[in-house]
Amino acid sequence: MTALTDDTLPVTPRAMRDEMIVFAIMAVLLAVVPFTDIYPFFVMQALCFALLACAFNLLIGYGGLLSFGHAMFLGTAGYVSGHALKVWGLPPELGIIAGTAASAALAVITGVIAIRRQGIYFAMITLALSQLLYFIYLQVPFTHGEDGIQGIPQGKMLGFIDLSKPTILYYVVLAGFLAGFLLIFRTINSPFGEVLKAIRENEPRAISLGYKTDQYKLLAYILSGTLAGLAGALKVFVAQNASLTDVEVGMSGLIVLMTLVGGLGTIFGPVVGAFIIIAMQQYLAGYGQWVTVIQGVVFVSCVLLFRRGLVGEIAHLLKRSL
Amino acid sequence: MQALYAQLLVGLINGSFYALLSLGLAVIFGMLNIINFAHGALYMMGAFCAYFLLSLTGLGYWWALLVAPIIVGIFGMVLERTMLQWLAGLDHLYGLLLTFGLALIIQGVFQNYFGSSGLPYAIPDELKGGMNLGFMYLPIYRGWVVVFSLVVCLSTWFLIEKTRLGAYLRAATENPTLVRAFGINVPRMITLTYGLGVGLAALAGVLSAPINQVRPLMGENVIIVVFAVVVIGGMGSIMGSIITGFALGVIEGLTKYFYPEASNTVVFVLMVLVLLVKPTGLTGRAA
Repeated sequence: MTALTDDTLPVTPRAMRDEMIVFAIMAVLLAVVPFTDIYPFFVMQALCFALLACAFNLLIGYGGLLSFGHAMFLGTAGYVSGHALKVWGLPPELGIIAGTAASAALAVITGVIAIRRQGIYFAMITLALSQLLYFIYLQVPFTHGEDGIQGIPQGKMLGFIDLSKPTILYYVVLAGFLAGFLLIFRTINSPFGEVLKAIRENEPRAISLGYKTDQYKLLAYILSGTLAGLAGALKVFVAQNASLTDVEVGMSGLIVLMTLVGGLGTIFGPVVGAFIIIAMQQYLAGYGQWVTVIQGVVFVSCVLLFRRGLVGEIAHLLKRSL
Repeated sequence: MQALYAQLLVGLINGSFYALLSLGLAVIFGMLNIINFAHGALYMMGAFCAYFLLSLTGLGYWWALLVAPIIVGIFGMVLERTMLQWLAGLDHLYGLLLTFGLALIIQGVFQNYFGSSGLPYAIPDELKGGMNLGFMYLPIYRGWVVVFSLVVCLSTWFLIEKTRLGAYLRAATENPTLVRAFGINVPRMITLTYGLGVGLAALAGVLSAPINQVRPLMGENVIIVVFAVVVIGGMGSIMGSIITGFALGVIEGLTKYFYPEASNTVVFVLMVLVLLVKPTGLTGRAA
């Protein structure tokens, strides 16, 4: 049977060097955005989703686990950060930590439940868990139900970094994204990442070699959920609200779509995919429900026609790992 | 007590829909190894089909009960022939992603033309009114839905477990290559199986049209609950999906009476408990 990430190339020193070069180019390109005409809020939003998609990709691309409920981490971090900033009046750095920690805790709880099954069941379980959380957030008072938490203050980070200035906020979000990205990059290329890939390729064999595969999968799941939470906490400063949209099934689907378009199991694919999908949403915003239809068409054509995704196809052509 | 019985009845009705839908999912998964995410959208199409049959051609409820599953079933078979069949041999997750995309397309198109509000569909004259059972008042239509669903579920079980056709089907699930070598057209059987599963979903849609109104997103939440039902029951056994479907509907109904705040979440909470105690599901074999 063909696994989802069969085309992933082995990690070699050359591959590592290629990836570092591409990473440097990406970092420089993103750093000069404020000096161009590009709308910074669009890029900030895309960066949050890029980090989210990268976190999701860590699980599917390297652990072989497809989570159809990653929106729960985005939403949870958003609500907790938003509440901490607005109601408790915490400074931004503590607000981010609070949101990320909440998602980490959620990942521990849901992870213990979800990793009990694999493959298709894992996807259905994570979907059901995120729906459970959706109904909880719909009913508990602190999320303000359908209205969500509105007008969240951005504040001054560490007392002097004024996040209400778009350029400063941009660099803070960029720093958060790059830090998260590097952590994932490091994880993939660590001994831990190698074991993860071994489990994805052949779990019984990994078990027979003496690895406690459940612990590895759980750790990968927690790391993925925590980084998705960081993305959600950063997004609060960009959007200044936290609402039910971020916990919905549609959002989880969107995260899957971004990664699929960019390329499952590629390092830069989720970033490219996130920018494409967010740009698509912006340009098509006036077409109402047709956006959903177009997303569906993209889903179907990706699965039927180019399963490697954009970056995956390019990497395949160049015979490089990207 | 009246309210309790009323909620029990609502639970049984929802349970009928869960049973019909999870039965279809299990049959499809057995043959195609695909979890059909579009099941909720096809359930919705069944209800819309009934609505159009009435408003455009004047064909009433009884005709819809027969014709809508056939139309949606054929639509499903076209999907299988043009798209799903190309996924054979690939990771199961691709099937989930493809059918999720299909669900987005179908629901999006219907939402564009019909918005999010519901269209009314009247209960047929023959099933209007109610009966006084002494301990409760039973609306006839609701009783009909429960009995009819049960009959359909049991017939499907009989078809698959007790007939020659079902034997072929079960054999092809175990080893398609071998069954093919015996001269049985397995690809056609796969297409028909998908049509059958989808037809069951459409039938549930027609049954629910007079109760829940006809809405483009009526299947969106139902399918996630049905996924949880499938995780709880396991997809290994046909009778297992039927019993789990009805049982969870009843439990949901009871929760609505005793602790209404949790009625949306009780199925998911039960799923968590089952996973903690018996990860393979109640009737499932180890995967």
